Amino acid sequence: MTALAPMTLCLLILSFSPLTFAVAEIVEFSDESLRPRYQQLVEELRCPKCQNQNLADSNSPISQDLRREIQRLLEQQMTDQQIKDYLKTRYSEFILYRPEVNKNTWLLWGSPIAVVLMGLLIVVRHNRRVKPSLTRHVPVDSRDQQRLAAMLRDEENQR
Amino acid sequence: MNRLALFVPLVLFAGLSLVLLLGLDKDPSELPSALVGEPFPAFNLPALSDESRRLTEQDIKGDVMLINVWATWCFACRIEHPMLNNLSAQGVKIVGLNYKDQRASAQTWLADRGDPYVVNIFDAQGSLGIDLGVYGAPETYLVDAQGIIRHRRVGVVDERVWNAEFSELYERLTGGKQ
Repeated sequence: MTALAPMTLCLLILSFSPLTFAVAEIVEFSDESLRPRYQQLVEELRCPKCQNQNLADSNSPISQDLRREIQRLLEQQMTDQQIKDYLKTRYSEFILYRPEVNKNTWLLWGSPIAVVLMGLLIVVRHNRRVKPSLTRHVPVDSRDQQRLAAMLRDEENQR
Repeated sequence: MNRLALFVPLVLFAGLSLVLLLGLDKDPSELPSALVGEPFPAFNLPALSDESRRLTEQDIKGDVMLINVWATWCFACRIEHPMLNNLSAQGVKIVGLNYKDQRASAQTWLADRGDPYVVNIFDAQGSLGIDLGVYGAPETYLVDAQGIIRHRRVGVVDERVWNAEFSELYERLTGGKQ
């Protein structure tokens, strides 16, 4: 019974931790089908003020404003791409956590592929160099063949 | 194996270090500006001094001017204000964008600290702020006579920033006359 007291205390403390209070605002939609899109957008768009948070995580006033703006634009039947473009013309590409492929970002998008290809190349080259030594083909003539047979026979007899 | 090939990892590492080293010099809080070279966004908002007076983008055309985003809750604006008073005294036209503020406290602020603004746009909801991509007051835009944004500064404009970023462009746009 006494063990319960510290546990209850822990639960109580946890329930008041900032995590529980993170962005608990209620968003109302005329059509519930907009909600998953809203969730996707606020998670994929970046808070311009707080650098390393998305709009969903941030409680800064600018994020609150932008969340409200996204809700408004969704209600206006804008597509996800239109909403992203709308914010991009105002806040620049910085706001997109998933940047588009263009001349500034091709290196970013391309480097994982390049690294994988480079790894493959190294593996292939390495294998090609190692393989022959493992399965080396030794030409054997009939004399060698006889000697080998004799050796094997000796070994059999010794057992 | 070609001995030179052994240096490939070292060269790659040196290249990466150089890129990262250059990155250290950049201010990560500075966003690339999407609106430089673009016309000032359209708006229709009341004036701070007079609720019934409507201001639109037409009101900021015809002259080279600064648009200064400020608010009474913005601490850095306090530091910036004397510089704006200075510029205004030198004949620079400044239009204020009072951003997400209370009308009464903004008016008191101007009465207490001096009013460097030709006129103030009262943007209580921050709608023009979103159209401009404002993410932190103070911000200052240099707009030419055609209403095109030529430069943007996020943060305080002081003597140093004015000389480094604005003054030359301003002189050029105004043709030296003030």
